Amino acid sequence: MNSVEEHNSNVTARFGMWIFLFTEIFLFGGLFIVYAVMRSKHDAEFHAAAAHLNVVVGAFNTIILLISSSTVAMSITAVQKQDKKMATRLLLVTILCAFLFLINKYFEWSLKFHHGIYPGSDVMLELNRGYVLFFSLYYFMTGLHALHIIIGLTILIIVYLKINNGQVNHKNYVLLENGALYWHLVDLIWIFLFPLLYLIT
Amino acid sequence: MSSEKTKINIPSYLDNHGKRKGLMAWITSTDHKRIAILYLCSISFFFILGVLLGELMRAELNRLGQQLISAQTYNAVFTVHGIIMIFLVVIPGLSAVFGNFFLPILIGAKDVAFPKLNLLSWYLYVLGACIAFYSLAAGGKPPDTGWSFYAPYSTQSGSNVISAVTAAFILGFSSILTGLNFIVTVHRMRAPGMTWFRMPLFPWAIYSTAWIQVLATPIIGITLLMLIAERLFSIGFFNPALGGDPILYQHLFWIYSHPAVYVMILPAMGVITEIIPTFCQRRIFGYKAIALSSLAIAFVGYFVWGHHMFTSGMSNTAQWFFSFLTFVVAVPSAIKVFNWVATMYKGSIDLKPPFLYSVAFIFLFMIGGLTGLILGSIATDMQVHDTAFVVAHFHYIIFGGMGFAFFAAIHYWYPKMFGHMYNFKVANIALGLIFIGFNLLYFPQFIIGIQGMPRRYFDYLPQFQWGHQLSTIGGILLGIGIFIMIFNLFKGRKGPIAPANPWNGNTLEWQISSPPPEENFEEVPEIKSSPYNYD
Repeated sequence: MNSVEEHNSNVTARFGMWIFLFTEIFLFGGLFIVYAVMRSKHDAEFHAAAAHLNVVVGAFNTIILLISSSTVAMSITAVQKQDKKMATRLLLVTILCAFLFLINKYFEWSLKFHHGIYPGSDVMLELNRGYVLFFSLYYFMTGLHALHIIIGLTILIIVYLKINNGQVNHKNYVLLENGALYWHLVDLIWIFLFPLLYLIT
Repeated sequence: MSSEKTKINIPSYLDNHGKRKGLMAWITSTDHKRIAILYLCSISFFFILGVLLGELMRAELNRLGQQLISAQTYNAVFTVHGIIMIFLVVIPGLSAVFGNFFLPILIGAKDVAFPKLNLLSWYLYVLGACIAFYSLAAGGKPPDTGWSFYAPYSTQSGSNVISAVTAAFILGFSSILTGLNFIVTVHRMRAPGMTWFRMPLFPWAIYSTAWIQVLATPIIGITLLMLIAERLFSIGFFNPALGGDPILYQHLFWIYSHPAVYVMILPAMGVITEIIPTFCQRRIFGYKAIALSSLAIAFVGYFVWGHHMFTSGMSNTAQWFFSFLTFVVAVPSAIKVFNWVATMYKGSIDLKPPFLYSVAFIFLFMIGGLTGLILGSIATDMQVHDTAFVVAHFHYIIFGGMGFAFFAAIHYWYPKMFGHMYNFKVANIALGLIFIGFNLLYFPQFIIGIQGMPRRYFDYLPQFQWGHQLSTIGGILLGIGIFIMIFNLFKGRKGPIAPANPWNGNTLEWQISSPPPEENFEEVPEIKSSPYNYD
């Protein structure tokens, strides 16, 4: 493959990724519609239920994701500058942040479980419907988001290994770019989830 | 191309190239043409299955009272018929088979942008199909909710709703990836000199369709996931008894499922737009109007979903809005019909089977489209909503439209795809039977629908019996016609060798040998003029 063809195929791959990101936005968009309708139907309960979420943990996770997004972007620049060591280090920070996010999420969820707040539990059945819907949406939205984190994390680990063995390099780094694009999307969705679930109280 | 001899010697995509042989060489191939044939086989299989289920319904409805199957089985039969026909046949149908095969060739490309992703889409299709099959067979409890899975019934029904919904979700994912592939292919892979307005109109239609697939399907994806969560954890997003909103489900469902109608019909229009100029030997009338009306349909079609819900409870303003836009979306469709007819005017018309199938398409599509306006008007919709009238209308659009276009497409491109020619006479006889059978099957349902025959009913009042019996006769004729057509096409594999350009077409697929070589073009074609220069 000559350099023009390679450039073209990279543009094509990036283009495909952008289209895929559109579908992700519409996937979560559907959820936001449901959230908006439920919120307007059960306004008071949503307000009260949201107060049960821990803003500090949510804010901490937001910061973690913002940092991880910036390090993955910096890692692209490092690859472009042929600084393999820096690139892998920065990517490692992103990967660690992703794990940190998931660990936080795990503790957050298990605390809720401990209080008996999970879909189908006895405590939930006693609660007012507005509360149940709020917590159901909370689990559904953050769960789906966590699934995206896990997918993004897997992609970034693969890219990390490929930078290490030289398959992703300053001439061909479209995989890293696409992984980063996906990661930014995961971050972006969280930036919407955080205020919707934690801050409107 | 120097002589006839070299043409024959070119190895085609049907010959084996790699190490693998037989079936393995097919199911591991990333060649867009082979993937198209894989889709053709799997879709034909499910089409026949869907037809058989449809015939079973007709047999049951032939006479008053219970004939063959119980009411519960009847509910399952129309549900499974709907799921198979919608998700496994008509939504992937034209774009996965003919889009895959001819989109790259028509724009002068060697393949689609992401060949591996293309093969993955087919595997996802097969996975979805297997799960759909499982839901049909497992535990003797096939889904009974109708293909629309309306809540709250779908959250409570004891049948295999979860597996059916999972199948629809996976098939949606397959559809998204196909659409993504085609968008990028059209943007990035066109041959040198092929500007947007030198692109043939079938690629335009596939391109518009692909955008709908990409932007609408995720909505049904998330809705179906929520439905699954609701069933598993008794959440109640859509169940009013648990504080949810069933109308919200209907909105989310139709936000996808109305645009999905255009996923079915836009490629069909594209096929017809290719066939008519070829068989009239005339430049297509209103090229730009047809190209842009595809985009217009894709865009406006996104905002008309509410017309499925006029009777579900909606504000007057919303009703007015959706009714108005429904009339607006009819305009670009009508533009296309006018352009097809205007193309025929003063053309030298060649009445070969593909053209005849196309004319049948236009006739049936017009009936389907105009009765659609009756349903789009709020006042008349109140009368005929959920009656056999609706069933007749959407079968005229989906079967009379997309189905006939599929038949037209296979008769048009058959010699190119397989290098052999089918028997014209048998093809025409089959068309006659299918056309008469089709009208006899569905037209009476318009009438008994207006008179009040509800849809989805297992039994009916005596006054509707004449309509149902005519329908059943039509169903039998239609079934025989389809059987003859498939038999004729199947036999055509061994028919006379087809030349590279049997219809004297002008688009790129007719400039290469039949069947096409593995990489489509020996050298990248340079495009210097419009694809329809006949005069």
